[in-house]
Amino acid sequence: MRLTSRKQYEEFRVRATRRLEGMRCRVLVCTGSGCLAGGAREVAEAVEEGLRERGLLDGRQGVEGKRTGCHGLCEAGPLVSIEPEGILYTRVTPDDVPEILDRTVLGGEVVERLAYEDPRSKNRVVHYRDIPFYKYQTRIATRNVGRVDPHDLEDAIAHGAYAGAVKALFEMTPEQVIDEVARSGLRGRGGAGFHTGRKWAACRRAPGDVKYVICNGDEGDPGAFKDRAIMEGDPHSVLEGMIIGAYAVGAREGFIYVRDEYPPGVLTSLHAALEAAREAGILGRGIFGTGMEFDIRITRGGGAYVCGESSALMRSIEGKVGEPRAKYIHGTERGLYDRPTVLNNVETWAHVGAILTRGGEWFAGMGTPKSKGTKAFSLSGKVRNAGLIELPMGTPLRHILHDIGGGIRGDRPFKAVQTGGPSGGVIPEALLDLPVDYEQLTEHGSMMGSGGMIVMDDRTCMVDVARYFVRFLNEESCGKCVPCREGLLQMLHLLDGLCEGRGRPGDLDRIERLARGMKWGSLCDLGRSAPNPVLSTLRHFREEYEAHLRDGACPAGVCRALTQYEIVPERCDGCHECVEVCPTAAIAGKPKQRHVIDQEKCIACGECFNVCPVDAIRYGPKARPATASAGATT
Amino acid sequence: MPTVTIDGRRVTVREGAYVLEAARLAGARIPALCHHEAVEPIGACRLCVVDIWKPGWDADSFRLVASCLYPVEEGLVVHTATPRVMETRRVALDLLLARCPETPLVRDLAREYGIEETTYRKRENPDDCILCGLCTRICDKVGPAAISTQSRGVLREVAPPFFEAPPDCIGCGACAEVCPTGHIKVTEDGFTRTIWGKTFEMLRCPSCGRAYLTRAQAEWMAGRGMPVEPLCDSCKRRRTAEVAASLGRPR
Ligand SMILES: Cc1cc2nc3c(=O)[nH]c(=O)nc-3n(C[C@H](O)[C@H](O)[C@H](O)COP(=O)(O)O)c2cc1C
Ligand code: SF4
Ligand code: SF4
Ligand code: SF4
Ligand code: FES
Repeated sequence: MRLTSRKQYEEFRVRATRRLEGMRCRVLVCTGSGCLAGGAREVAEAVEEGLRERGLLDGRQGVEGKRTGCHGLCEAGPLVSIEPEGILYTRVTPDDVPEILDRTVLGGEVVERLAYEDPRSKNRVVHYRDIPFYKYQTRIATRNVGRVDPHDLEDAIAHGAYAGAVKALFEMTPEQVIDEVARSGLRGRGGAGFHTGRKWAACRRAPGDVKYVICNGDEGDPGAFKDRAIMEGDPHSVLEGMIIGAYAVGAREGFIYVRDEYPPGVLTSLHAALEAAREAGILGRGIFGTGMEFDIRITRGGGAYVCGESSALMRSIEGKVGEPRAKYIHGTERGLYDRPTVLNNVETWAHVGAILTRGGEWFAGMGTPKSKGTKAFSLSGKVRNAGLIELPMGTPLRHILHDIGGGIRGDRPFKAVQTGGPSGGVIPEALLDLPVDYEQLTEHGSMMGSGGMIVMDDRTCMVDVARYFVRFLNEESCGKCVPCREGLLQMLHLLDGLCEGRGRPGDLDRIERLARGMKWGSLCDLGRSAPNPVLSTLRHFREEYEAHLRDGACPAGVCRALTQYEIVPERCDGCHECVEVCPTAAIAGKPKQRHVIDQEKCIACGECFNVCPVDAIRYGPKARPATASAGATT
Repeated sequence: MPTVTIDGRRVTVREGAYVLEAARLAGARIPALCHHEAVEPIGACRLCVVDIWKPGWDADSFRLVASCLYPVEEGLVVHTATPRVMETRRVALDLLLARCPETPLVRDLAREYGIEETTYRKRENPDDCILCGLCTRICDKVGPAAISTQSRGVLREVAPPFFEAPPDCIGCGACAEVCPTGHIKVTEDGFTRTIWGKTFEMLRCPSCGRAYLTRAQAEWMAGRGMPVEPLCDSCKRRRTAEVAASLGRPR
């Protein structure tokens, strides 16, 4: 099938849509990484096998089974959804499949026990539209992730893929396309939030007939997965964005730079999409029968976090060492192979097709004055509904945590949310009503970054958090420039000192001064933003730093060198639960008798504290009388 | 040729120059440990930072840049010693001193900026390498590209591939020549030169008899059609002087 004119595309789309609408029942099995880890492949196989046994596999009875990308609610996977009713089944095992097929697909009834269980009310919620996690989301970049089969171009087109590209190519000049993107207010979703329209315009203006567009799919932030979910679950949205971008700036070649450590699913998905698009005449020479020529290659990442930085990424594509270069000349003028280049994040690209289809104004109608549209987040940490979400800019943090995220796991008190990846910062409870957009996060010492959101409860030490990120960055610094390379090492030494009770008077000043020097002096944004995790925790939790330094105490009971756990004898009822969880077998005691912690063996992991049902365990600074315990719950 | 203002002094520099060159022309003292005229700048030491302002910017909006690779342009205003510049240099020097506490070059420069002892934790078993990358850049420029930086972060170091005697090294000694701290050791005994754990046979100057070039380098150059200097540097200079003298007025 080749789509060599606008008419052919439209006709194909109508056919595909009709086919889709003619489907009485579609069983969509999530095969995103989260669900795969939970056994989704076996579920998908059971669905296919079950359909075959029931004579439904050929789709002629209006029933079909599909494997899709991430549905978002990874926490409750493996997920299976039933369309068009919009039923969501959670924690599905292969053994559940016959029941789903017989009762729901054939019988039209709901299998209650598989429906989503509201973590608070414990009620079963059957439909997507009623589940808070989904109800409050607005999905644009992730519009088709989890809804289409990434290996089926027809399915994607039935869901609107390439409508924006066709509109751009047939109805608009490149300048008009850029204007539309500018009007949408779209800003980069991968880091600094640069205006996408302006970036494209600069590249279009730059002299030269060879230009490139690049998709940054490096996503090196630990725990982040939104770009992966898009590339894996809806690769056509990325290709469509890049086609539109290439048309706008006049590029004939594009690159998708994919993180090296990604599971093979991402590459399989992308390759399949590229192949299908080429076969359909959507990539290559004469796209949709126009004179446009454009193709995309996939490049595997260099395996280092810093390779996600724009100049390092371009060097890496060129086959050189992926190290940042000082750039006082923009990539839009001299980028890949020194040619004018547009580099955008996966999510940024995925937005573009929708913006062209529905108009810049529509997109700009969502969000805040300076941050438009929606933003995808990888929600993780101590929140009940961890997963992939997309929300209008300006959504209050409280709403994200409590309504969408379902609150803190174990109903512990909330302490902070860390946003923006390793060089982001924390937002404390006092700022929970903060509307999340670029400006607000930056103003309060954090950043949007690529949309990581790690929720932390009261059992988190902020000095330890800063140390964790500094340690990560210290390992990932390329080491080229002094402030970043040597600065991160010394910052780590200083934080290690605090966490291990070796802090010296004046350390906080030393930390702040070093941070400033790194910020000012470093060559690339890794080093320049590396002090953020320290500065922001220091800004919002200074008293915690002071406790470490002055009292040698870790108020959260996390820093092992500073913390001692003990059992209050009068409270212990000998339930024995702590003994079960202690990783070093440091707790002695027979069931129904009082238990004791052997301080020699205890590593202060706090597991016992977390499980004790009668609050008999308390902690305090090491080698001080237990009565002076800081932050203990007694 | 663009005219720029350095600390209030206007200077005109060649097109394509970097700010460091212009600033030095104007008499500013700027430390620049990873800079060398012979190779392209990379902006690694960050000591050469300056504050710049461009026409069109808000009056109070300055930007801190590495002068060794910031290209000059008409109307650029440069301040080479603002508090921010000095503080950035001090932090970088303090950090370098923790890395190389015994290295005279670093110690002297740090002292100039008021730092006698580092604020930070000193490296254990320090060497003299400040990771300026001059050696690898000069080796790339000479041609063999025999050494490179390996690993990242603080583990970064200059080394031959696989940390063995570099197969591509021709023993030219350019890296040792350019190394600002003398970290790269070269030994010569009149017959051989040893560098990077590799020993080279030396060729002798036919005029004075001094060992002046490794055979490997001569062959390497000949293999690439480069003219191999038949005399050592000092004989060459003397010969030139003699020729000049015989012509009358040296020029
Ligand atoms: C250390 C470092 C790592 C980065 N990693 C990524 C990444 O993984 N993905 C990404 O899209 N941008 C990353 N960026 C930001 C990119 O440099 C660049 O700004 C971005 O890809 C531009 O796309 P956008 O305008 O669409 O956001 C990183 C930046 C730095 C300094
Ligand atoms: S700031 Fe860090 S990552 Fe960036 S060039 Fe310098 S050392 Fe490398
Ligand atoms: S001596 Fe060897 S390593 Fe040094 S510059 Fe010459 S060829 Fe390169
Ligand atoms: S060996 Fe010398 S020239 Fe090479 S990086 Fe180290 S200090 Fe610089
Ligand atoms: S001389 Fe400019 S950064 Fe080193």
